[in-house]
Amino acid sequence: MTAATSALSTRFARGGALLRAREVGIGVVLLLVFGVTTLHNHNFATANSVQQLLSGAALIAMLGVGETLVIVTRNVDLSVGSIVGLSAYVVGDLFKDHPGTPVILGFVVGIGIGAVIGAINGFVTAALRVPSLVVTLAMLYIVRGIDGLIVNGVIITSSNIPNAFIAIGFRTIAGIPWLAIIAFAVVVIVAYAMRSFRSGRDLYAIGSNPEAAALAGVPVARRVFSAFVISGSLAGLAGALFLALHAEVDVTGGTGYELLVVAAVVVGGVAIFGGSGTVAGAALGALLLNTINQALVASRVSAFWNEAIAGALLLLAIAFDRWLSLRVARGLRSAEGAHRDL
Amino acid sequence: MSEQPEEVPRLTLDRAAKAFGAVQALVDGSIALFPAEAHALVGENGAGKSTLVKILAGVYQPDSGTLGIDGQPVVLSGPVAARDAGISIIYQEPTLFPDLTVAENIFMGRQPLRAGRRIDRPAMNRSAGEIFTRLGVALDPQRQARGLSVADQQIVEIAKALSANANVLVMDEPTAALTTVEVERLFEVIRALRREGAAVLFISHRLEEVFAICQRVTIMRDGRFVRTAAAQDITVDEVIRSMVGRDLDVLFPKTQAPVGEVVLQVEGLSREGVLHDISFSVRRGEIVALAGLVGAGRSEVARAIFGIDRRSAGRVTVRGQVLPNSSPLAAMAAGVALVPEDRRQQGLVMDLGVDRNVALASLARLSRFGLISRTRERELAADWANRLQLKFGRLTNAVSTLSGGNQQKVVLSKWLARDPALLIIDEPTRGIDIGTKAEVHRILDGLVAGGLAVLMISSELPEVLGMADRILVMREGRIAAELSRAEANEDLVMRAATGQLKGAAA
Repeated sequence: MTAATSALSTRFARGGALLRAREVGIGVVLLLVFGVTTLHNHNFATANSVQQLLSGAALIAMLGVGETLVIVTRNVDLSVGSIVGLSAYVVGDLFKDHPGTPVILGFVVGIGIGAVIGAINGFVTAALRVPSLVVTLAMLYIVRGIDGLIVNGVIITSSNIPNAFIAIGFRTIAGIPWLAIIAFAVVVIVAYAMRSFRSGRDLYAIGSNPEAAALAGVPVARRVFSAFVISGSLAGLAGALFLALHAEVDVTGGTGYELLVVAAVVVGGVAIFGGSGTVAGAALGALLLNTINQALVASRVSAFWNEAIAGALLLLAIAFDRWLSLRVARGLRSAEGAHRDL
Repeated sequence: MSEQPEEVPRLTLDRAAKAFGAVQALVDGSIALFPAEAHALVGENGAGKSTLVKILAGVYQPDSGTLGIDGQPVVLSGPVAARDAGISIIYQEPTLFPDLTVAENIFMGRQPLRAGRRIDRPAMNRSAGEIFTRLGVALDPQRQARGLSVADQQIVEIAKALSANANVLVMDEPTAALTTVEVERLFEVIRALRREGAAVLFISHRLEEVFAICQRVTIMRDGRFVRTAAAQDITVDEVIRSMVGRDLDVLFPKTQAPVGEVVLQVEGLSREGVLHDISFSVRRGEIVALAGLVGAGRSEVARAIFGIDRRSAGRVTVRGQVLPNSSPLAAMAAGVALVPEDRRQQGLVMDLGVDRNVALASLARLSRFGLISRTRERELAADWANRLQLKFGRLTNAVSTLSGGNQQKVVLSKWLARDPALLIIDEPTRGIDIGTKAEVHRILDGLVAGGLAVLMISSELPEVLGMADRILVMREGRIAAELSRAEANEDLVMRAATGQLKGAAA
């Protein structure tokens, strides 16, 4: 190896480290936002406010984990917001119509609904080879429509829901909300699986180079199907937790979550064209977006700014990724050219 | 080492044939690979080498003939079957997972596991490191594959093959994109593979490399096995003669047109790492051919002239007018037309009708106040369809319904409708049947007689020799030789293209 190429490889190694440092970067921005807001409004740093912030972020983070699995394979799941809404309402309806239903059954039903919808998404995408963007966009509307039919104007309120279930939404352990703990557990388990199991690595391989993945004997269709089922199931779980957190739900529950989740995932460093990114990054992205949202509220900034800032952050994140990869490509070409002319 | 091995060959292919529609890509593919040998497969472009490789890779199933491994006949149903049979193919441009580490690329789907079916990363990285040590190369197993040089990517592919216990490695022109230093390292790796008893099939156009690394050479021509010889029993001259020795069986019409003023003048054209100091000119009424092997940079010259690729140095002048860098529009305005190599991807809009495709480069002329006149579009197309004797159902039929030859006529019409001064045509008759081929040649001949300047790129030597007034032979991004129609023959062109011609460089 010549001096030129070895110098180049160190630069690339550094580029990789830079990408991995995305999680650290988000952490820094998070602390910055938190610190500056606290200076403006001392109430922002109170336990109550932080707990609220964590609980809200927990739902998006959980959805972000599922979405990461899907996006890593070069697909996208736009149906998660609708799944949250349907799952939340059906679980609430179950408690309303059958008082005394065990809390755990609520979760089973919620996750089950998500898994079924995820399986449909996965089957149409992986087996019938319809682009997931179209499949899950259609599913977004279909599920929302079904939700509307079931709701039929009836709102579920806290009086319909068992106290033990609502408790999950506000109880804390050592000051940390249950929701945040559940989300953290999900992130840790999935992150470990993505790192340490062949099936997890297969997802990255599929997104990185689908043809090469098939040649290496990766069961591409089966893995993509599983990614959608997991994403759906996590959305179903998030739906049940949505009900616990808000203690009420109507037909609008979870509306617009899908784009919020995609934004969080991309800000968290997951490449929109697949192949790279971590669930931890996605979860941090969710936390960051939620913190900015709350910070603007606490600073009494108009709510419209919130969306504009989320959008700007998204652009910034993508521009940064693009800039990095362009720099890498340019470095490679000129080094190769110089090298060849030796 | 050079004596005919007595043992059972690791792999044999006997009289394999493969046809694609009417095209017989392989008539008699025969080869025998023995353990611990590096075996070269040589032949001109289109001699059937790639088809043979794809049969070994399990990508194509031969129509007839037998494949044997360790003396047993086998059928490779697909790439996975080939891999399981111990055959690995190293392509010129490997396909890796850019986002994953080098070690993961090697062991994808076969990662070493520890308790609970979890991937044993330390073991995986260690195994990858051990393979690199065996091969004598320094590569970090934990490094991301993105940004690896082509040479390093090939090493990763070789390591992948070794980790899967492959003992037949087919390298399809592995050195085409490598520097001298990298080629030498690859040779070290091939020697290491031989020491371990693997059979290496080495495909290369560079005969000096063939003689440097291989013990035996198999020569193919026109889809047929010609001969296998021990490298020490055969000379470079004999190899070249075996590669090209055939008759010109296709007739080429050639009327000598009066050669006029210079239309295209290229001076010192370079593109970093691709083209080096290319200078030549094309005059009115002559066909200049760019010959050379695949990857020698012929199409890149066309792309740099037309402004598709950026030139890093050099000047291109058309009819005395200097063309600005990377502006196809300026090139078109100056009277340059480019008929690309890949009709379906670059030359045509396959789903649009014949009329729309013909009109595509002349829309400005056909429209008023920004609106295209359908009538004038159709008139133009009908006129050219008639002139080039295009065979079609209706003018509005999608060009995808036409035969390859007629599609090529549509592309030609599109550019000729602009009344160009210079026509650059890349592989004018690739994938076209013999009958239409002669027709395309007749059209080109007529155009040149009418005063057009043509720069033709072709991989078919008979076409080059039959059509061109002058031949520029390219090799590794440079012009290796300029030959006149009178002095050119297959032998000379092949020598120049493979770097065996000394002292004749332009």
